[in-house]
Amino acid sequence: MAARAIWKGQLKVGTTKVPVKLYSAVEDKTVRFHILDDKSKARVKQHMVDPDSGEEVAAEEIQKGYEVEPGKFVILTEEDLEKLAPPASRDIEVVEFVPQDEISQQWYDRPYYLGPDGDEKDYFALVEALNNKKSEGIAHWMMRGKYYAGGLRPVDDYLFLFTLRDAEEVILADQLPKPAGAAPTQKELNMAKQLVEMLQGEFNPKDYKDEYRKRVMEFIERKAKGHAPRLRPVKTKRQAAALDNVLAKSIAALKKEKRAA
Amino acid sequence: MSVPVNLFPAARGGRASLRMLGPDGQPLARRYYAEKTGKDLDADEVVRGYEIKKDKYVVVTDDELERLEPEKTRDINLTQFVPADSIPPLYFERGYFLTPAAGSTKAYRLLAETMEKNGLAGIATFVMRGKEYLVAIFSERGILRAETMRFPDEIRSPDDVGLPKKKEAPAATVRKFEKLITTKSKKQFSPTKLADKQTDDLLKLVKKKEKQRGSVVRVESEADADHKVIDLVQVLKKSLGGKK
Repeated sequence: MAARAIWKGQLKVGTTKVPVKLYSAVEDKTVRFHILDDKSKARVKQHMVDPDSGEEVAAEEIQKGYEVEPGKFVILTEEDLEKLAPPASRDIEVVEFVPQDEISQQWYDRPYYLGPDGDEKDYFALVEALNNKKSEGIAHWMMRGKYYAGGLRPVDDYLFLFTLRDAEEVILADQLPKPAGAAPTQKELNMAKQLVEMLQGEFNPKDYKDEYRKRVMEFIERKAKGHAPRLRPVKTKRQAAALDNVLAKSIAALKKEKRAA
Repeated sequence: MSVPVNLFPAARGGRASLRMLGPDGQPLARRYYAEKTGKDLDADEVVRGYEIKKDKYVVVTDDELERLEPEKTRDINLTQFVPADSIPPLYFERGYFLTPAAGSTKAYRLLAETMEKNGLAGIATFVMRGKEYLVAIFSERGILRAETMRFPDEIRSPDDVGLPKKKEAPAATVRKFEKLITTKSKKQFSPTKLADKQTDDLLKLVKKKEKQRGSVVRVESEADADHKVIDLVQVLKKSLGGKK
């Protein structure tokens, strides 16, 4: 079944406008639970209360505040917030282009597909141009009253728009000191290289499955039928051994595996 | 190969989060209540249920979930190394810095150096808050960073979304876009250009209103430990143990 578009807009590159539809590129499959009242096993509701008195505060009495220092709030009225919202727009403005992979993964937040909305020629021409130039577009847009910045990337034949995190949120490695401790010796570096080479391969996503999700779902299904399996408590493991030993053991184990294969 | 590590988020929270306050400015709390009786429910009066069919739930306890968890360990278990630029960005979810845990400084430095020199990322599984994560580990400036990854079945294909098949684009249109890209190209990404004006404006307004009477409320700050502002960079610096 085809997915529904989340939003419609137009990519603005220079004076050219390419109409697009936005779709989520991911589907969260985490097992979701509802909160139930233990007595009645019915879904619970939520409301806001004054934690001191326990009294409910009605929606129309709730104010929004920005905490400038602990315990000190500046009240922002609905009117204030409305004034702050920039005018609605359907433009995804591409402000510049950078080489692909210039942006660290740390900036990327959520991926979206952009699909053509009507005219397909411009859409596929833009994909081809971005692929040929190995470029990524930097864009910003307003969606449902909120500002977004994003990276516009081609993947194979389609366009992706990744929302980017705010500069204030991202901590980069160059803001941090190098880890303390003695530098590895040449011998250790050689051993580590050997080990890494033995484990080297291509990234093949199909090799990875969420085993935990599978276990939880199987458990739920069995419990629904009335026979919950008994589960053993989990063990906690922690290993700390001399580095030389760990490296030597790992290499030996891998060699054995390879011979057996 | 496994190295014990500590884990810290590589991103701070947003800078413009607002709190919900009561009529007198007191910070409010979100509470669960039973719809029938209207009574508030404490944490020990609620359970977690999976909706197996409409309005029918299977209760799953904390204890059961804990027992379904993979073996608990604070080690990263590296199972494979791949070229660092070969993983599509679609997979990445959230970044965490890894710092050496007690006794692992040497192994940590060795791993970080070897990966960085050879342009490799490590693929590992990692258990965090009772969930098994698939992570890609990158090494930058001697520091390891894990990016949690989505599982492949969580990523939609163009077919899943229902995107149209590729159409041949007119060569002239492709050239037009290529020219546009060339004229607007920069060598480097400069995040300051993306400054979120909406948030900037909100913070400006907050500053202005802070000086106005009637716009500011003060309440006794509840046990400050709950709301202590943690400087993540300072914590990371300490944990890496490097020079200040």
